[in-house]
Amino acid sequence: MNLTLHVWRQQGPDDKGRLERYQAKDVSPDMSFLEMLDEVNEELVQEGREPIVFDHDCREGICGTCSQVINGQPHGPQAETTVCQLHMRQFKDGDEIYIEPWRARAFPVIKDLIVDRTAMDRIVEAGGYVSVSTGGVPDANAILIPKADADAAMDAAECIGCGACVAACPNGSAMLFVSAKVGQLAKLPQGRPEAARRVCSMTETMLDEGFGNCSNHYECEAACPKGISVKFIAMLNREYLKAMPKLKGKKEA
Amino acid sequence: MQLMQLFRSSVGRKLFMACSGLMLAGFVVAHLLGNTTLFAGSAAINAYAEQLRKLGPVLWVFRLGLLGALLVHVTFGIWLTLQNRAAKPMGYAKKTVQSTTLAAETMIYSGLALLAFIVYHLLHFTLRKVGLDPSLFSDAAGQVDVFQMVVLSFGQWPLVLLYAGGLAALFLHLSHGISSTFQTLGACNEHLLPLLRRAGLVAALALLAGYLSIPLLTYFGLVTL
Repeated sequence: MNLTLHVWRQQGPDDKGRLERYQAKDVSPDMSFLEMLDEVNEELVQEGREPIVFDHDCREGICGTCSQVINGQPHGPQAETTVCQLHMRQFKDGDEIYIEPWRARAFPVIKDLIVDRTAMDRIVEAGGYVSVSTGGVPDANAILIPKADADAAMDAAECIGCGACVAACPNGSAMLFVSAKVGQLAKLPQGRPEAARRVCSMTETMLDEGFGNCSNHYECEAACPKGISVKFIAMLNREYLKAMPKLKGKKEA
Repeated sequence: MQLMQLFRSSVGRKLFMACSGLMLAGFVVAHLLGNTTLFAGSAAINAYAEQLRKLGPVLWVFRLGLLGALLVHVTFGIWLTLQNRAAKPMGYAKKTVQSTTLAAETMIYSGLALLAFIVYHLLHFTLRKVGLDPSLFSDAAGQVDVFQMVVLSFGQWPLVLLYAGGLAALFLHLSHGISSTFQTLGACNEHLLPLLRRAGLVAALALLAGYLSIPLLTYFGLVTL
């Protein structure tokens, strides 16, 4: 199939940037979206033009690096899929495809489709440590955790930190991301001593990094390649309410 | 000092929105229940108005509480919207939305329209500075007949239209706001959310129908002097 691509090209953080048109010819439906871009880039290189710069790493949907908004949807039209796992059979001959970088003030464009997502790392950093006992290797299942709680923690832990939730959010909020990081510990005995400090510090750092506030559009859940539920945002809000009696008025709860 | 830390967290800021919104929504329900005394006739609504006035200082506690909630809701609403816009300086050339609603996307506009309507409504029925001349529905001693005031006002089609517009803004605002409050207060999970979203919409529709019935039934002659 043949496709028309409208790709965001931006030389660097200070460049204004613009959409440019490219033709993708003889695209196989079995190609992944990134392989299709690889082919387009091959051609651009042969013509002596600069290839389209995009982020990718594992190409198996677990690293969260491939960050492209395809036709207005982070990671493209297929639900619970990253760009690298999106296949060209999702498109048809003659389609026009818009490819843009994640848009949010907290994610400045580095070049073309690559954005700087280190703001999310700093939110995780603000989450701090989890106290563990040192010494010998503990017995397996020494701490009993109800199955439902363990499952919920694992659902939250599925977050790969790709930033699609921020890209989809009309407010550029990282609430779903923060809720997954808080939620993976919220139901476990591990990390309880630090729970209040963690939720305050992470939600404060989110604002410091220039993300917006959640206003319950739920676009994040629809965009998340791991299907993280907005129930974790409600859980985050509960964690915050639980932390309120411990607020001290300083940055650290 | 604890209050200062609430301001710094994104969840803390939203709690102000949710709590003040809940108070205002509570008033919207109570106000409708009180207003339906109109349908019981002149004596009923005038007696209701008289009872409210007799509350004296208690009435003022409620009024100041509501004014406080309104101030918090408006101030935080505008402040958070500006922050959110700054956090998303550029949109997409091709926009696709999946789960948000018109109501959710227009909260700031429906909210500002509602604010303007509340100001007009207070000037109209509480302070009686706009609309009909108060002498039309007052006795010689200056005592206002609430029933006459409402019925005469809603005999005028421009006022009926204006109230319908204000109520449309109320409906739009509440259709997102009610379920949103539960989510923000953490009283929500994956099973409750779809139910709450529907229940919020139904509650907003019920309030719209209830409030609209007053100007419409009056205008079409079902409530007469």
